[in-house]
Amino acid sequence: MEEKLTLFKNRKRFGIEKNIDIIFKNTALVLSSFVAIILLGIILVVFFQSFESFSRYGLKFLVTSEWNPVKDEYGAFTAIYGTLVTSFLSLLITIPLGVGTAIFITEDFVPKVVREIIGSFVELLAAIPSVVLGLWAIFVMEPFFRAFFVFLHNFFGWIPLFSTEPTGRNSLLAILILVVMLLPIVTSIARDSLNQVPKKLRNAAYGIGASRWKTIFSVILPAALSGIMAGVLLALGRAMGETMAVTMIIGNSNAFSWSLLSPGYTISSMLANQFGEADGSQVSSLFYAAFVLMILSLVVNIFAQWLVKKFSLKY
Amino acid sequence: MNSLYYQKRLSRNIGDKFFTSLSVICALIAILPLIFLVTYILIKGGSQITPELFTLEPNPPGDDLDAGGINPALIGTLIITTIASIIAIPVGVGGGIYLAEYSKGGAFSRFIRFGVNVLAGVPSIIAGVFIYALIVSTKILFGSMYSGLAGGMALSILMLPTVIKTTDEGLKLVPNELRYASLGVGASMYTTILKVTLPSAFRSIATGVVLGIARAAGETAPLIFTALFSYYYITGFGDLFYEMGSLAVLIYNFALEPYDAQNKLAWAASFILVLSILSVNIFSRILAAFTEKTKRV
Repeated sequence: MEEKLTLFKNRKRFGIEKNIDIIFKNTALVLSSFVAIILLGIILVVFFQSFESFSRYGLKFLVTSEWNPVKDEYGAFTAIYGTLVTSFLSLLITIPLGVGTAIFITEDFVPKVVREIIGSFVELLAAIPSVVLGLWAIFVMEPFFRAFFVFLHNFFGWIPLFSTEPTGRNSLLAILILVVMLLPIVTSIARDSLNQVPKKLRNAAYGIGASRWKTIFSVILPAALSGIMAGVLLALGRAMGETMAVTMIIGNSNAFSWSLLSPGYTISSMLANQFGEADGSQVSSLFYAAFVLMILSLVVNIFAQWLVKKFSLKY
Repeated sequence: MNSLYYQKRLSRNIGDKFFTSLSVICALIAILPLIFLVTYILIKGGSQITPELFTLEPNPPGDDLDAGGINPALIGTLIITTIASIIAIPVGVGGGIYLAEYSKGGAFSRFIRFGVNVLAGVPSIIAGVFIYALIVSTKILFGSMYSGLAGGMALSILMLPTVIKTTDEGLKLVPNELRYASLGVGASMYTTILKVTLPSAFRSIATGVVLGIARAAGETAPLIFTALFSYYYITGFGDLFYEMGSLAVLIYNFALEPYDAQNKLAWAASFILVLSILSVNIFSRILAAFTEKTKRV
């Protein structure tokens, strides 16, 4: 017995097996650090490529809208403004629609089967490639809304936002196609966070006599707020970086205009349009614009993650 | 006496009715265009499908009536997504294994998980810009500039976060008892992972990875200045180092052409792309639901 026990204690793995184990672990370690390497690589490469333009124009690049490869004058204000306006306005439309739809799916207005079908249908739509949405926007949405835009211009033309004659592709169409893209994201995340609110809270509210919508507004929505906010921020990041659908429908014009009915530009559509043919200091300026876009989306994403961590449900 | 019955006129009941109808309207506004969009793409695109579409090269835009087919783009999409998968799946699964099996929740793994989320939020066009700066403009790949290989690399950056995340989360769902049992009978760590935990998480990982591939197949922005576009048949291995067409870039290029024949080709390509992406999604959803029902653990 004694002898057997020492034999057992001394039983070791073969050297080769041990080595394989160590190699396996370290390979996995190296592979996981690839994420960090790529992320840092992207930031560094884009930063260093934009350095020439950055040192020449400095922060003036952000506030001027001259974009002239012939005279070597570059400023990305139109594109930055377009990026911010299209993403924020599309979000403004998407939030009530998406949260309203999420409430509709999580409450029991219609049988569960119907709600589940609607829910998974909305999620499926997130899978449709944005270039296909762009194609649809060009050939279906633009003709469909043309009369409406003319109406907007005729009756609300005194508002600077609608002050130009609508001619084909414009920023407002880009906002609308962004709404179609963001709806599935906001709806499915809002639905998930509404579903996570414990049933106890709802029962307690009903128990003290609150009506259904009093419960939703005062109990359920506040409890799910952090999740919904995070979803909204993710959608914002997606909207700012969205390229194809927006590029195809926004009209791609660097001439600055307050009007949403005139062709516009976003950073990503500028990149998509010009990167292939650019040379010289234009490339560097495009990298500068890409750097601005990256910083914008990084800030939004990191803020979203912080929000989730800080305010995640504690029930 | 009256207070025992439901009173329509009560302000809370009117308010409730109002908000209920508001949410129904929201749902309708949200869903109807989406239904319209899918059916439109399927009908309009489906009506353009002909057998020649799959075998011919696209004709360069011009006012000739025959636009040709989308064979090079179809094959190109398959090749580029395969390249992306070959890069992203091993790296992603390996990284996920480290996060789920080896890391102990320290600073490094927290940083990597954070990095995965940030990388998932990086705009897809930035991935294209990055690969352009790193590979296309430096001609590092045997002197070739725009190439299918570079396009695949750009797509792999977009796939990587999805693969790591699904591997990490799939492995975390495997009950610890299985690991204890395996380690208890004397298996080493890598045997445990390769023979026990990875196989039992295989289905959920595979589902996530397939969804990631489907998403990458529709990405356009990273390809427009890495893989560019090509009108010609892909004939051999060497074509990897030259411009390569893809369905997504074909849709983008041909949607903006003023000619009807090219636009029709874009619709046909959209039909194929959307149909394959939707069927992959639906299939994996059904599979996931089925697995959930028959789960034993």
